[in-house]
Amino acid sequence: MSKAVEIQQEVTIKFAGDSGDGMQLTGSLFTDNTALSGSDLATFPDFPAEIRAPQGTLAGVSGFQLHFGSREILTPGDECDVLVAMNAAALKANLQHLAPGSTIILNVDGFDKKNLRLAKYEEGENPLESSLLDGFEVIRMPVTKLTREALAQSELSTRDKDLCKNMFVLGFLYWRYNRKLDSTLDFLKQKFGRRPALLEANITALRAGYHYGDTIEAFTSRYEVKAAPLEKGAYRNIMGNEALVIGLIAAAQKAGLPLFYGSYPITPASDILHGLAAYKHFGVRTFQAEDEIAAICAAIGASYGGNLAVTGTSGPGMALKTEAMGLALMLELPLVICNVQRGGPSTGLPTKTEQSDLLQALYGRNGESPVPAIAASSPADCFWAAFEACRIALQHMTPVILLSDGYIANGAEPWKFPRAAELPSIEVRFRKARDNDEPFLPYERDERFVRPWALPGTKGLAHRIGGLEKEAGTGNVSYDPANHEFMVKARQAKVDKIADYIPEQELSIGPEKGEALFLGWGSTFGLVKSVVKDLLAEGYAVAHAHLRYLRPFPRNLGSLLQQYDKIIIPEINNGQLCQLIRSDFLRDVIPYNKIQGTPITKAELKGFARQVLGDSRPPVPQ
Amino acid sequence: MARTVLGFEAHETYGANKAKTLRTNKGMSATEGTTIMSAKDFATSQEVRWCPGCGDYSILKQVQAAFAELQLSRDEVVFISGIGCSSRFPYYMETYGMHSIHGRAPAVASGLKIARPELQVWVVTGDGDGLSIGGNHLIHLLRRNFGIKVLLFNNQIYGLTKGQYSPTSEEAKATKSTPMGSIDHPLNPLAFALGVDGSFVARTMDRDPRHLKEMILRCHAHEGTAFLEIYQNCNIFNDGAFQAFTEKESKADAAIFLEHGQPLRFGSNSEKGIRLDCFRPVVVNLEKDGFSAGDLWIHDEKDICKAHLLARFFDDPARREHHYLPRPFGVLYAAERPSYEKMLHEQIAAAIELKGEGQLDELLAGAATWEIR
Ligand SMILES: Cc1ncc(C[n+]2csc(CCOP(=O)(O)OP(=O)(O)O)c2C)c(N)n1
Ligand code: SF4
Ligand SMILES: [Mg+2]
Repeated sequence: MSKAVEIQQEVTIKFAGDSGDGMQLTGSLFTDNTALSGSDLATFPDFPAEIRAPQGTLAGVSGFQLHFGSREILTPGDECDVLVAMNAAALKANLQHLAPGSTIILNVDGFDKKNLRLAKYEEGENPLESSLLDGFEVIRMPVTKLTREALAQSELSTRDKDLCKNMFVLGFLYWRYNRKLDSTLDFLKQKFGRRPALLEANITALRAGYHYGDTIEAFTSRYEVKAAPLEKGAYRNIMGNEALVIGLIAAAQKAGLPLFYGSYPITPASDILHGLAAYKHFGVRTFQAEDEIAAICAAIGASYGGNLAVTGTSGPGMALKTEAMGLALMLELPLVICNVQRGGPSTGLPTKTEQSDLLQALYGRNGESPVPAIAASSPADCFWAAFEACRIALQHMTPVILLSDGYIANGAEPWKFPRAAELPSIEVRFRKARDNDEPFLPYERDERFVRPWALPGTKGLAHRIGGLEKEAGTGNVSYDPANHEFMVKARQAKVDKIADYIPEQELSIGPEKGEALFLGWGSTFGLVKSVVKDLLAEGYAVAHAHLRYLRPFPRNLGSLLQQYDKIIIPEINNGQLCQLIRSDFLRDVIPYNKIQGTPITKAELKGFARQVLGDSRPPVPQ
Repeated sequence: MARTVLGFEAHETYGANKAKTLRTNKGMSATEGTTIMSAKDFATSQEVRWCPGCGDYSILKQVQAAFAELQLSRDEVVFISGIGCSSRFPYYMETYGMHSIHGRAPAVASGLKIARPELQVWVVTGDGDGLSIGGNHLIHLLRRNFGIKVLLFNNQIYGLTKGQYSPTSEEAKATKSTPMGSIDHPLNPLAFALGVDGSFVARTMDRDPRHLKEMILRCHAHEGTAFLEIYQNCNIFNDGAFQAFTEKESKADAAIFLEHGQPLRFGSNSEKGIRLDCFRPVVVNLEKDGFSAGDLWIHDEKDICKAHLLARFFDDPARREHHYLPRPFGVLYAAERPSYEKMLHEQIAAAIELKGEGQLDELLAGAATWEIR
């Protein structure tokens, strides 16, 4: 019997369960499937720092939020319309994020006495029997029981059968949202190809979940979210770290250089190392070093040898790399340093997001040590930011810091990917071999104040470089006072000069003059743009600009800021870009800061904006 | 921003003037390959700034002599160093070179060797640089077995920072930072290198140029990581630290020179030898104790167990007791093990063989795509 299908504009759904319940996988499979259906989307995975936090506890809840729709989707959504809760703790941890009237899909088998106790419900209290869920549409499914029944014929152990619970739920959601199973079937075949019993069990559970929707009378509605009116072209779904990996490889290919990546595992940057290690057939050389210092030093060695050298880490690892960054700057060798930021300081909040390493990127080294910094603004933008970081490093012979964060690193969105031929090539010139006795000047500068890249092994160019101050031109060690001042200024000028080779700052939305400019950087792009879009619709004269280039700033930034009465800077830190804008432009700004390890919600920023802007809207004509 | 750029331009004449007063590259007269390289061709025009009498001079001289003997090309050699007196070495070698940061030379060299396996990469480090701040990197360089040669200048002191004790300083050493004597237990560099599975482990000294050069040549010939500890006199802050091994009067009794396949013999008339009594090395006097050369321990560079025993010949000559074992010099251990960079590039080749050379368009598109029309 086929049931009525109701069309929805957008849905926010959250998968929540124990960290062993496979919610991240379920969420990403549903996301891939959603992407293929053509909807626009944004995701927000939220998982505990421990791999297997105590089962059934609130600390062990792992969540994956997906916002998809048939219109432009810029954020993973403030509140959920649908919550999938695999146990009592998952319900308890997420109940406050539910919109009134939303749907809760419950695995009732996850609400036994033990689960309730672990979720810290009062003795004798059971949310399934209390009024707590009044006002929600509650779909109760004995998922564990149903999965075991579906797999009655399988020879797997009960423990292994229970691991297929997530497929049952996924199957049910595919039914609910009128989807095809193909993308997940393909995935399962890839993953379990060599283990037929597991493959069959997962497929059976997936199908059983789907048919459960079809056969049980209790559910009356099915929904469909149509494709979004995205720009024409070919799309794929992509996560931030994945995009960063592809961006690095693309840059290496476009520069005609082998890619070297030195790294030491750290959340949330490890996936870059994993990703690149799988692309050896692109000639990628990955090196898991003994620590972050060795990782960056090895990258410096590779850069000296003529590779496109990259190192990647997160905050604590950045702290370790600082001395070597100074060396790279002194050597004036190309190097990309990726920082996938997480909550700090110290070990901080390893699996939570934050934008608090901006000042570290700009100032966290000894001496006068300017290093260009750029930031990625969304999962797909990690590709472009990585590509651009490599371009700047290679063409300006400098270390470049690339800032991403945990939110976009693990978040996903549809990406209109480019063709290889459409990508600009990155011209790299090595100093050529020679026979004559002319002195080779390793620190001679060209019109961009850039020194030549002379590779060991090149005939006639033997030279020595190092971290001691260099004499202009020769690069010989020099303690000459005037030379030092000159070199400090030369290194600064070289970085400042990059402003001539980057685009001017543009607005992402809004008028060129107005009441307020929302100035953001990094992962807040989607949020700020969607808030400004709403405010514009409400009649406010506001605009949004999002900075990719944090050092040097685009040349027109100062004049752009002057076009607005107020500059509002939302950041997931304690006001770091605010400090930069104030000191660089002597311009006061209005900070909006949230430092809770989670993205800023639309409601939060909009509420703040209304407060700051007051009733600055022109009166609505009656 | 414009401010600093202008400031820079205003100063620019400074750089231009400087550029005129450059050293001229002491080039070889004819094209390389046809030229005979002499030791002098490996010297730079930089004034050598070690203290007069420093053991580092001798090492520099023997490296240059060995390179001339090998007829190495200046362009194919790279010296990477950390920080310390010893680490100034690259500035004095007319090859490629990098004076990096304190302790990190092994890491820089590893990256370079991955990027450019064909280059001859040498690391110069000190006892502080390589065993204190950089000890971790040295561990991993050795166990990975990169094709890199490591010259560790051990002067048992921090020279550049003016005389603090180092990880190899002897117990009770009084220095500026240990006025009542050091309570640190000294590190044994060769036991360390063998402990982390170095594939080539050797010791030499600045005062024995012939042996020093021979060891440099042996390092060059080794495929994996060659670790050479060089006893180096710091005549300013730790003069005579190795006197017992280097000076004529005591050398014969305090030092033993290892040769592959030869019995372990020492003493001014080679009258003494080492015998293995089960696992216990004992000193015997061939003239007095009734043993012949055939009873002695025959040195075998490939025997890792015996190499560990040799590395443990670490008695302090100043506290010589009747069990005193002489300090071994020469190659304690040399084994063949594939180098890290070789295996890394083999994996890349295997991946290409298996999957075909990566295509950027396929990578950009990923596994699943859809079209919006
Ligand atoms: C990060 C850092 N810490 C400290 C120093 C200061 N420092 C320079 S050399 C050195 C010790 C060098 O000792 P060693 O490696 O034995 O070299 P030697 O001078 O004896 O040849 C120290 C502590 C530094 N340059 N960098
Ligand atoms: S301080 Fe010692 S090690 Fe350093 S140059 Fe002088 S003598 Fe040599
Ligand atoms: Mg020393």
